[in-house]
Amino acid sequence: MKYSVKEMSLPISKQRFKHIWNGFLSDKLAVLSLVIFIFYCVVALAAPLIAPFDPYDPQFMDLENSEIPPYWISGDDRFLLGTDAQGRDLLSTILYGTRLSLSIGLLAVIIQAGLGIFIGLTAGYAGGKLDNFFMRCADIQLSFSTMMIAIVFLAIFQTLFGSDYYQQLAMLMLILVIGLAEWPLFARTIRASVLAEKQKEYVDAARIMGIGPMRIMFKHILPNTMSPLLVIFTIQIANAIVAEAALSFLGLGMPVSEPSLGSLISIGFSYVFSGAWWICIIPSATLILLILVMNLLGDWLRDHLNPKIYKD
Amino acid sequence: MKNTPLIQLSGVEKRFDIEQSWLNEVRINKGKISRKKEQVHALNGVNLTIQKGESLCVVGETGCGKSTLARVILGLNSLSAGQIHYQDQRIDNLNERQRMLFRRSMQMIFQNPYASLNPRMTIYQTLSEPVSFHNPQLSQDDVDYKVAKLMESVDLSPDLSDYYPHEFSGGQRQRISIARALSVDPDFIVADEPLAALDVSVQAQVLNLMMDKQEERGLTYLFITHDLTVVEHFSNRVAVMYLGKVCELADTKTLFKSPKHPYTQALLSAIPRLDNNSIQPIRLVGEVPTPFNKPQGCVFQARCAHANDRCKIEEPKMVLQGDTSSVACHAVEEGRI
Amino acid sequence: MALLDVSNLNVCFGLKSGLVKALYDVSFRLERGERIALVGESGAGKSILGFSIVNLISKPGFIESGSIKLDGKELTSLSNRQLRHVRGKRIAMIFQDPMMTLNPVISVGIQMVEAIRSHTPMSKKDAKKIALDRLAQVQIPSPELRFEQYPHELSGGMRQRVIIAVAMILNPDIIIADEPTTALDVTIQAEILELLKHMCEVCNVALILITHDLGVVSRIAERTMVMYAGRIVEEGPTLEIINDPQHPYTQGLLSALPQMALPGQRLNQIEGSMPSLMNHPKGCAFHPRCKYATEKCSNAQPNYIYSGISTVACYMVEDMLEEFSEYRDL
Repeated sequence: MKYSVKEMSLPISKQRFKHIWNGFLSDKLAVLSLVIFIFYCVVALAAPLIAPFDPYDPQFMDLENSEIPPYWISGDDRFLLGTDAQGRDLLSTILYGTRLSLSIGLLAVIIQAGLGIFIGLTAGYAGGKLDNFFMRCADIQLSFSTMMIAIVFLAIFQTLFGSDYYQQLAMLMLILVIGLAEWPLFARTIRASVLAEKQKEYVDAARIMGIGPMRIMFKHILPNTMSPLLVIFTIQIANAIVAEAALSFLGLGMPVSEPSLGSLISIGFSYVFSGAWWICIIPSATLILLILVMNLLGDWLRDHLNPKIYKD
Repeated sequence: MKNTPLIQLSGVEKRFDIEQSWLNEVRINKGKISRKKEQVHALNGVNLTIQKGESLCVVGETGCGKSTLARVILGLNSLSAGQIHYQDQRIDNLNERQRMLFRRSMQMIFQNPYASLNPRMTIYQTLSEPVSFHNPQLSQDDVDYKVAKLMESVDLSPDLSDYYPHEFSGGQRQRISIARALSVDPDFIVADEPLAALDVSVQAQVLNLMMDKQEERGLTYLFITHDLTVVEHFSNRVAVMYLGKVCELADTKTLFKSPKHPYTQALLSAIPRLDNNSIQPIRLVGEVPTPFNKPQGCVFQARCAHANDRCKIEEPKMVLQGDTSSVACHAVEEGRI
Repeated sequence: MALLDVSNLNVCFGLKSGLVKALYDVSFRLERGERIALVGESGAGKSILGFSIVNLISKPGFIESGSIKLDGKELTSLSNRQLRHVRGKRIAMIFQDPMMTLNPVISVGIQMVEAIRSHTPMSKKDAKKIALDRLAQVQIPSPELRFEQYPHELSGGMRQRVIIAVAMILNPDIIIADEPTTALDVTIQAEILELLKHMCEVCNVALILITHDLGVVSRIAERTMVMYAGRIVEEGPTLEIINDPQHPYTQGLLSALPQMALPGQRLNQIEGSMPSLMNHPKGCAFHPRCKYATEKCSNAQPNYIYSGISTVACYMVEDMLEEFSEYRDL
C-alpha cells in the first residue's frame, strides 16, 4: 500500500459548513428570522419597483390626502397603510425608508469593520507599543457613547454649515459618524482572536517560510478570525440602524424630504395623540421587527460559530 | 561523515521579559524611581555546533529552553547575546530581507500537528504557497507538479490535496507538515517534538519518514525531544540541556553507554524500558527550579547529590572527556563521580 | 470472588447521527491488590472504560448492556447517590491533569479535609491529622507547609503526589489512574510511578492504570489488557505480553517502539490509523491494517481463546493453535 487513501475518514469536504447549515435548518426561529430578513432586503432593494408612489417626488405630496388612515379603517384602496401629514403614501415612504436605513446601517458597519479589522490585526500582530497605543485609543473612544459623539459632531456640523447644506449631506454624514464611532468593537474582537491565532504554530511556519507580515496577517490569520467577526457584523448592522433611527428621531438624521425609518417615527410621533397613530406606529413596528430578526440571527450565529462548541 | 559544521552557536543567550504593564515595573527605591523588569532566562550561554548531515538531538525537561533554542536558530526570536553562524555567515543579526536567503535552507517541523497547519487552507494551498513564493518563475503547472511530487514523497495521495487539515489524522497531518518543510528543499530541519502528539504506531511512521528523507536528501536534523528512546534510535549526537545550558554533549552511543553528568544519569535511569526494569531510577532531590533568575554556580546543584560548595559558587565549563564527550560538571572534572 | 468483575460491557453514545458504539463486550476481572494496565492508542476506548466503571460517562454516552460487579454488588443499577458513595470511598480516580480534581481557589489541606469529612463524619482536627499523615505517606517534604498551599503553588510532580494522597485518603479498594504521568517529565514520571506502585502495595489497593506507554506498563502492572477500537484484543501477564505478543496489533505496537529496533534502522510500522467510532469495520476491527488478515477476519469477530500465554481474540492465533494440536495428535 503506497498511499494511505483508505485511511481517510469520510470524504467530507466543507463538513463544518454542512454541519452548521443542518443545525440552522433544524432551528425554526432562525429560519423564520432569515426569511424575514431576506424579505426586508428584497423589499429594500426593489423599493423603486414595488412602491406605488415615489415619496421623493413633490407631485405626490397632496395635502388633500393627508392623514388618511390605513386601508382597513378608511377603505381607501389607494393608500394601503394610509398617508402622513404631508399626504405621502405611508407604504411607499416605509419602503424607501427601510432602504435608506439598511444602506446606512450596512455602509456604516463596513466602515467600522474595515477600520476595526485593520487596526485590530495590526495591533494584535505587531504587539508592543503599537498595540498599546491603538488599544488605549479604543478605550478612549469607547468611554464616550456613540450617541454622544454623533450628537455633538452632527450638531456642530449643522451649526457651522447650516441645515440646508447639512440636509444634502445627511446620509454621508450619518454613515461616517456611525461608522467611525464604533470601530473599537471590531478592533478589540479581532485583536483578541489574532493574539490567540498568533500563538499557533502555523503562523510560525509561515514566518519561517519567509512570508511577509502583511500576507501573514491578511491571508493566514484573518480567515481564522472570521467567525466572531460575522457575528458582530450582523449585530452591529442592527445597532447602526438603531443609532441612525435615534439620531433621526432627535432631528439630527435624515431630512423630512428623504425620511429614513427613524425620521418617519420622529415625524409621526407628534401625531400619535392627535389620532393619526399609524404614521408613527407602523414604521416603528417595521423597525422593531427588523432589529429583532437581525439580533436573533446574530445570536444564532454566535452560538453556532463558537469554536468552543464546535470542534473539528 | 565529514566534520563540516553547518550551524554554530556561540554563547547564545535569550532572556524574555515577563510581560507586565509599565506601571507595574516602576519601583521606588530610596526616593529614586527606577524601572525594574522581571526576566526569564531561557538560554544561558549555549555553545553548540551542528555538523553537516548529522541528527543532533536535544533532550531536556519542560522549561529547559530546548524549544527556545529552536526558535532562535530559525530567527523566530532574537538573541539577547551571542552569535549564530550558518556555514560561514552570521545569521542572528540579519533583518527579514537578508534572512530570506537562509529561509530556504532552514525549515521546521512542529510539535502539534493540529495547530501547525492553517485550518482555513487546503493542503494544496498550504504546500503551494512556499513553492510559488520562493520560485516565482514557476508556472502554475510546475507548481502543481511539485505539490503532487511533495505529497507523494510523504506517502500521501496527491488526490487528497483539496482537503482541509481537519479531515486528516494526526499522523497524516504531521506528514503534510514534513512535506511543507521539504517544499523549499532545505539543508537543515529543526524538528520540535514532532512525535509528542502522536500515537505509538504513528510515531514509527513519522520517524521512518524522517529517516528516509535524511537519506534521500542528505538533511541535517536538530531533533528536540523529551523521549530518550527516540533519541537512542534516531540521533548521532545528543545534547542534554538543563535550565538553559547544555550540560552534556556526546555521541549517542557514548552517552547511553556511560552517561557522566549526574543529570544525564538520572534521566537515563528514568526511561521506562520494556526489557530491563532492574535499574532503580535515580531520585533527584529538591524542587525543580524555575528559570526566573539566573542561578549562581551550577544550574543543577540544587537537585544534585554530588554538589559541594564549589558547585554553588562557580559555574562549570564544558570539558572534553577521554571518550569525546563534553561535560559541564565540577564533580566529573574533579573525578568525584 | 473477584474484587471487580466486568462482564460483557457495552457502551454507546447517542449522537444525532445515530447510536455509536464505543465499547464492545468488554470483560475482565480484577483481584484485590492487583495492578493491571489498559493499553491502547488514542481512540481505543480505554478512558471510556475507566469512566464507565464508576458510571461517570457523560451525557450522550450510556451503558447499553453488561454488568460491573464490585464485591459481588452490581454497580450499573445503582442510583446516583449510591454511586457517589462508591466513587470516592471504594473506587478513586486519578487524572492526567491534576487541576481537574483540585479546586484552584481552595488550599490543598482544606480540600483533603473536606474529602474525608464528606464520607466519614469526624472533627476537622482529626481529619487534618489523617490528611497530614497521607501527605507524608506520598513522600511530600514538609507536609504542614504544603497543607496550607494552593494547587498552583505546587509543581506538576508535587500536584500529582497530592492527587495520589487525596485518592488514598479514604482507603479505597481500587484506584483508576488515567494517564497519570503523561504530562510529567521523565524523571518525575519515574518517581510518581514508583510511588503509585509503592502505595498500592502498602495499602493493598488494586490499580487500573490507563496508558498508551508500554514502558510505563512494564514498570508497574502485573497484568496488561491491550485495547483496540473499543475491544480488548489481548489480555495476559505483562511480561509475557511484552516478550511474546500474540495479537498482530500488540506485535505491531511493540515493534513500532524505537527501543525495539537497532539504532538507525527503520522501525516496523503499522500502516494506517485506528478507525473512528463512526466507521467501525465489520469483523475484527484490526483487519484493514493487519498483514495476516484473511477473508474470515473481515466477516466475523473472533472469540477469545487462551493461547498458552495470553487470552487473544484473533483468527490467526486460533488457526495456529488448531494446527498445533492437530500436529500433536498425529
